[in-house]
Amino acid sequence: MQKDVIKNWLFTVNERIQEKKDFLSELDRAIGDGDHGVNMSRGFAEAVQKIRDNEPADIAGLMQTVAMTLIAKVGGASGPLYGTAFLKAAAYLKGKADVTVRELGEAFKESLIGIKQRGKAELGQKTMVDVWEPVVEKWLSYDGAVDFDELRALAEASLEKTKDLEATKGRAAYLGKRSIGHLDPGAYSSYLLFDTLFNELKGVKA
Amino acid sequence: MAVSLVLVSHSHELVHGLKKLLEQVQPDVAIAVAGGTDENDIGTSALKIKDAIESVYSEDGVALLFDLGSARLNAEMAVEMLDGNANVTICDAPLVEGAYAAVVQAGIGGSLGEVADAASQAKTFSKLS
Repeated sequence: MQKDVIKNWLFTVNERIQEKKDFLSELDRAIGDGDHGVNMSRGFAEAVQKIRDNEPADIAGLMQTVAMTLIAKVGGASGPLYGTAFLKAAAYLKGKADVTVRELGEAFKESLIGIKQRGKAELGQKTMVDVWEPVVEKWLSYDGAVDFDELRALAEASLEKTKDLEATKGRAAYLGKRSIGHLDPGAYSSYLLFDTLFNELKGVKA
Repeated sequence: MAVSLVLVSHSHELVHGLKKLLEQVQPDVAIAVAGGTDENDIGTSALKIKDAIESVYSEDGVALLFDLGSARLNAEMAVEMLDGNANVTICDAPLVEGAYAAVVQAGIGGSLGEVADAASQAKTFSKLS
């Protein structure tokens, strides 16, 4: 895929985050500190603006711009976590003008490792990892063509599963069992990222 | 030279107030603060924390104290952005009591390890007995 696929993805992610800004904050108000929507909307709006003003030369450059903007502009945990995710992907894709679906999956595997290290989180703790890990693992499990509809469904199902989990990481951990019954906001924003991405990739060869 | 302190909080006002308190206790210890986002809204900023560390950096080391969860993520990111050999310890300590213990220890010439220990021991002090 060429740079435009990733650029379109990031622009669409920004639109969907702006649409869901209040909803994300509402989710976060239930089990966190209520700033997830505001933070994500500010971070992505700024990142997209930076890309528009001074478009990076390649996919890694796009990812790097998003990473640095999120790190600089997002005050909550999502800044360093998503920042790390995009930074790791950028490092993996550095110097590649054309990126295959497989390579993009590998890049997000690096992102996943980075998120887990930064947040010291594992699967099942009601965090964004609960979406990232199953989705990335499934993505890399395909030998041939990637089934993007299946991945979209998995991203959504993984998000839904966070509802039944008890939070043991992040601000939600202060609530303990009372966190059960709520979707995790970070898992929701991660779902938005992947849902948009797989929709974008459906039209892309290899 | 002595160990210096960096205070990190989601709130700009909180660490500025704390710094004032600590300076009254021990005016000779260098203290920098990184409170709030770059716009001083509630949150933390890795870049702001990095700047704070650099502003008081000493070879004897820097003890960093923070308030809540995501401050830790940004503090760790800030330390990673510094030169690989930077002598910075992120303390496992309550912010107010830990910083108080740390500034006292730094003021009497404690090493970075001693300052960090003093800060983290503040966790176990009973305030009512």
